Amino acid sequence: MTDTTILEINNISVVYSDVIQVLKGVSLVVKKKSITSLIGSNGAGKTTTLKAISGLLKPENGRVTDGTISYDGAAIQNHAPEVITRKGIIQVLEGRQPFKYLTVEENLIVGTAIRWRQPYKKDLEMVYNYFPAIVRRRKMLAGYCSGGELQMIVMGRALMAHPALLLLDEPSLGLAPMVVREIFEIIKKINAEQETSIVLVEQNANMALQISDYGYVMENGKIVMEGAARNLVENPDIKEFYLGMGASGVLKSYDDVKSYRRRKRWL
Amino acid sequence: MRKLNFHPCGNYKERYEQEITLFETDFGRLWSGIGIFSLFAILPFIVSPYFLHVLNMVGIASIAAIGLNILIGYTGQISLGHGAFIGVGAYAAAILATTLNVPFIITLPMAGLISAMVGMIFGIPSGRLKGLYLTIATLAGQIIIEYVLVHWETLTKGTMGITLPRPNIFGMELESDLSFFFLIFSCLVVMIWFAVNLIRTKYGRAFIAIRDNDRAAEGMGIPLFRYKLLSFGISSFYAGFAGAIWAYYMVSITSEPFTLGLSVEYIAMVIIGGLGSVSGSIYGAVFITFLNELLRWLTGIMMNIGVLTESGLNVAPLREFFFGTAIVLFILFEPRGLAEVWRIIRSNFKLWPFAY
Amino acid sequence: MNFFLQLFINGISIGFLYGLSAMGFVMIFKSSSVLNFAHGELLALGAFFFLAMVTWVKLPVVLAFLATLAACFILGFIIERFFLRPLIGEPLIYVIMLTVGLASMFKGFMLLFWGGNLQTYPDFLPAFLGIEWHVINIPPVYTAALIIGIMFLILFGLFFKYSSQGIFMRSVADNQKAALSLGVHVQRVFALSWAIAALVAGMSGIVLGIINGINVHDLSAIGLKVFPVVILGGLDSIGGAIIGGLIIGLLETFTGGYISPSLSDVVPYVILVIILMVKPYGLFGLEEIERV
Repeated sequence: MTDTTILEINNISVVYSDVIQVLKGVSLVVKKKSITSLIGSNGAGKTTTLKAISGLLKPENGRVTDGTISYDGAAIQNHAPEVITRKGIIQVLEGRQPFKYLTVEENLIVGTAIRWRQPYKKDLEMVYNYFPAIVRRRKMLAGYCSGGELQMIVMGRALMAHPALLLLDEPSLGLAPMVVREIFEIIKKINAEQETSIVLVEQNANMALQISDYGYVMENGKIVMEGAARNLVENPDIKEFYLGMGASGVLKSYDDVKSYRRRKRWL
Repeated sequence: MRKLNFHPCGNYKERYEQEITLFETDFGRLWSGIGIFSLFAILPFIVSPYFLHVLNMVGIASIAAIGLNILIGYTGQISLGHGAFIGVGAYAAAILATTLNVPFIITLPMAGLISAMVGMIFGIPSGRLKGLYLTIATLAGQIIIEYVLVHWETLTKGTMGITLPRPNIFGMELESDLSFFFLIFSCLVVMIWFAVNLIRTKYGRAFIAIRDNDRAAEGMGIPLFRYKLLSFGISSFYAGFAGAIWAYYMVSITSEPFTLGLSVEYIAMVIIGGLGSVSGSIYGAVFITFLNELLRWLTGIMMNIGVLTESGLNVAPLREFFFGTAIVLFILFEPRGLAEVWRIIRSNFKLWPFAY
Repeated sequence: MNFFLQLFINGISIGFLYGLSAMGFVMIFKSSSVLNFAHGELLALGAFFFLAMVTWVKLPVVLAFLATLAACFILGFIIERFFLRPLIGEPLIYVIMLTVGLASMFKGFMLLFWGGNLQTYPDFLPAFLGIEWHVINIPPVYTAALIIGIMFLILFGLFFKYSSQGIFMRSVADNQKAALSLGVHVQRVFALSWAIAALVAGMSGIVLGIINGINVHDLSAIGLKVFPVVILGGLDSIGGAIIGGLIIGLLETFTGGYISPSLSDVVPYVILVIILMVKPYGLFGLEEIERV
């Protein structure tokens, strides 16, 4: 492990309720200050991987049964989320889970839970700088905000904790393309300015790979492909199955019925 | 002769009937036969009169506890009104027997049915409510019934209570503990038989489905409300039946025993015995009844040696304390109750000396 | 008219006490979704501890009051830590029954120690708190209860609205998983809410004890009265608890005054059933906002 690595997952298996094995030997490395994206179809195990890192498997009766997760050189698998978050790993949950009955600003304040009793005024300003759209909603109940605003709230909430490693689970879920672009630009900006390492789990492979440095492709609880993001974008299989283009790189049309015969080469 | 079934060393079930069969092995059949025989033919004749009385109380409690277990353990509807339903059954029997002179053999099921009706009325909230809210609704039911029992004086004679005539079956008068023993335990056997088989039918499976996931059950085409009401009805029928026997056995009744405390006692039986297990209800009834007697005995001793003088005039505080402690300990350490403990002991023996 | 006015005042006073008792109950439910059937016993424990402090240890009243609050706080903490924490994630009935079991345990304990007879505190409230105006007569205890109650209400309002810990507690009540993902110490929040709830309960117990005398059975019956109050007000609304308390208190005194005293005990529960059937989330409860 070199000192440019912030997180290293080594061959982990995750089992839910002692029966359902979801991850079957996943290994990945996240470099400091980089954006690493994790793409794959539904049920591939992306979210589970994030939860294994952040310790949120525990409340769902899941467990890392094998392998190690090391963060800054220390093993953190199966630790409690309270411990892991205090080391600087914050996960932004899938599907935007705001505190509906708290105001936007209170939502952000919850982000300071890991360093309770320290001043946070400056951080609020920082978050509002990144997400100017939510400033005018400050005093409103978060439950009444729109989807894009909610995404900003939950990301801002995570930023309040000054994470060294930010785990983003599908930030584009159910958002309009324009909002998606805006959010991804902000992610890029956060990464550049705050020097936060980011792991990005996405269905929207195109957007994700555009802003990432490195990418992993997951299927059926395994990593099936990895590489620098710009190489992945060029890969014919990725193009075919995740970017919605024919192998040649042009947008696929439904007339082109033969294309589905192409086999995924890694299977 | 057909081949005898022994314990298979593995899961060799091929058909659903094998899964739901009552006796997995012929030993089970044999043992329950022996058990029933010794229960009726040996036990009542060798025990002391006091112990016979305790056994009778156990029998009555078991009937009511099985009813509650159908509701809580199998259907998953938590009810804090079971004590009141027992009271309804007791009063129904008393009123039928004294004012209408209904013969004993009819009052018992009638009391059960009346109680079932009342239970279904108080089960109506289950159509809209579940979980906590339903529990609170049954709590209100308990308190309202309690109030009615005390204050509807024209019918229940209020705090004076009602004295029942001696029960009479086809000219045979039941008065000794022994005759009651036979009555109570034959009823119990029938009730167990009914409950065990109920669980194996469509209705029982619907109950379990509702317990495990009511939304999914509804999606599978189980009319939730109807089945929940049915479960309330059956459970209260058991309660009412037990209450009626109790009323006859006690000869005179007042509304005093049918409080929230009694409901809690029955829930304690069901939890300590094991939720979702008919035999568990009986273990629970045995446990709680014996605990009661033990504590009475203990307070007696303590009063004699003078440890408790002023505050220990009755058994209530100690009982209250140990009940609470028993419930708490069971929930914390063996939430599946005595039925599970028994299963563990049995399987340890089965596997001995290769326990793994 | 005078009769009406006096009933009204009585109703408000009693109702306020109900509301006060219900506050702690709501707090526990709000943060950890536990229905506390031992609430009445917590009230009684507070009242008895205060009694012991005043009559046996002979502490000055203010000190005794503070000591009681501290003891209740610790007791709440212990209950959560040793009894409820192992049950996180277990089915509802176990949690409910655990509090029922605790209720019997406490009740039995108190009966063993203090017996079932009515006990009273020595008289220590200054007389100037009593209000006499025309026909209205408010005894000093009610005024004291009102002052203490309002003080606590404001205190807790501020705590939940402005302090970080208060906001964390609300966040856990709101979305436990999200709170966990941000590193909120959820278990600490549970423990804290039990501690605070026990503290409030102890305080209400003392006030009730001053008014009605201290009796285990009466105080634990109040624990059951809390149910109609909180269902009326909404299980998760602290303000609703107070208003629900006032409504139930008024209902009780009016039925007691105009119809029949014995009926007043059961009316709250009839109302409870009606409310549950018509508006299960109460008057001020938050209806589940379901966003898909």
